[in-house]
Amino acid sequence: MAEAIAPVATEYAVKTLGVTKQYTMGKESVYALRGVSVEVHSGEYISIMGPSGSGKSTLFNMIGGLDKPTEGKVYIDEVDISGLDAYELAWLRCRKIGYIFQTFNLIPVMTALENCTLPMIFAGMGTQDALDKGVELLTLVGLGERVRHKPLELSGGQQQRVAIARALANDPAIILADEPTGNLDLKTGKEIIELLRRLNKEKGVTIISATHDLKMLDVSDRIIWIRDGRVDKIEQRAELDLELGTLEGEEV
Amino acid sequence: MATNAVARKGIKRQIKLPNREAFKIALRSLKIRFWRSCVTMAGIVLAIAFLSSVMISGLATASLRPPDVGPGATVSEDRATQVWLICISLVVCTVGITNAMLMSVTERYREIGTMKCLGALDWFVVKLFLIEAAFQGLVGSMLGGLAGFIVAVLAAMTQYENVLGNLPWGTAFGQLGIAVLIGTGLSIVGAIYPARRAGRMPPADAMRTEI
Ligand SMILES: Nc1ncnc2c1ncn2[C@@H]1O[C@H](COP(=O)(O)OP(=O)(O)OP(=O)(O)O)[C@@H](O)[C@H]1O
Ligand SMILES: [Mg+2]
Repeated sequence: MAEAIAPVATEYAVKTLGVTKQYTMGKESVYALRGVSVEVHSGEYISIMGPSGSGKSTLFNMIGGLDKPTEGKVYIDEVDISGLDAYELAWLRCRKIGYIFQTFNLIPVMTALENCTLPMIFAGMGTQDALDKGVELLTLVGLGERVRHKPLELSGGQQQRVAIARALANDPAIILADEPTGNLDLKTGKEIIELLRRLNKEKGVTIISATHDLKMLDVSDRIIWIRDGRVDKIEQRAELDLELGTLEGEEV
Repeated sequence: MATNAVARKGIKRQIKLPNREAFKIALRSLKIRFWRSCVTMAGIVLAIAFLSSVMISGLATASLRPPDVGPGATVSEDRATQVWLICISLVVCTVGITNAMLMSVTERYREIGTMKCLGALDWFVVKLFLIEAAFQGLVGSMLGGLAGFIVAVLAAMTQYENVLGNLPWGTAFGQLGIAVLIGTGLSIVGAIYPARRAGRMPPADAMRTEI
């Protein structure tokens, strides 16, 4: 087992310390992240904003244990995840964290329902229970009628909703959502935000979401601005309220 | 919605899935790519058909030849050539399987990456590919073995009388079984490298790949 770091007074669900990510392609190397340190309390709702290419998705990969930082540390529940073995890492990805990927990453040969039940199967849930819960989750995101459709038979927004349902499969404590409303119409987008908000408020799920959606900013506790792989500024929502008018002009 | 309380503290270990689940997923993925697996299987069918027809016709010659004709030099030369041909056909078959499995892995880069992101263990991914290969090998070599068997018996019937009555069936089926085992075994061997490659893939990389 990984040695747990002694918990400090305040408990962080997610903490990064000087996370750097360098991609090397042949001779060239690109810095996607240049030392990002953020702290997210458990039960917080965080929005991450930043222009395209600023490193949001890369940061999500690091926090979610899908990729290793070049330098720096990521802590989940005060545990340094670089010290986890393959089994613990798989458990973390399966049970602790729910991902909504920017590119959905549904498995094309599987139906919406099969996609949705996969994490539950990996978690060892019985087939029937998994199916029941899968239908329940798809209904929750408004796809109850489409459970037998394959991703390619669904619209972009519907695929996104399957991805959202799948992220909720194992009741994760942390949801990493990479532009979860990017492909949704206003009404559905609002419903999804409502849903995330409700999970956050009622179940205390920590939500970290990259977004350009002003409605999303409105429900978040804090907004972290990222630019060129660095944290630009961190705002409380209270501060933001005053500026919402000017926000529209920002790089969205 | 959620019935169990959200776990807060401590990181546990992922469970190992029962083989039944791996089987289910592997078989489904074979079914989905039915024609593709048929092409992979065709190589195995041919190689094992050749192997079993040579084995069975050898058996027929040995057991049905009139006693007065001893084993001549030409016969053993034929045997040597046949063994050589069999070896080549089996090697080609294994290389073909490895190639087909590598393509299958490349094709499913994203899929594998996604599974790993959702909590699949490396070993589980390896198992998926090995099961697929074993299944293709088994079905392919049973079909091939049977085809070779029939061809060899028909050929023997043109040379000898009462083949069906005189053929030592027990030995014949034993040899057929060996041919099937060889086919399945080689199929698995051919899949080891591609399967390990699939299992080791880092999830974030795998997901970015567009095919
Ligand atoms: N696997 C990779 N190989 C090379 N460069 C990469 C890789 N992944 C990301 N990058 C680079 O890192 C930078 C940050 O990418 P990232 O995907 O994190 O941006 P983003 O903030 O999510 O953008 P968007 O809002 O468009 O999704 C980009 O310049 C990108 O080109
Ligand atoms: Mg992105």
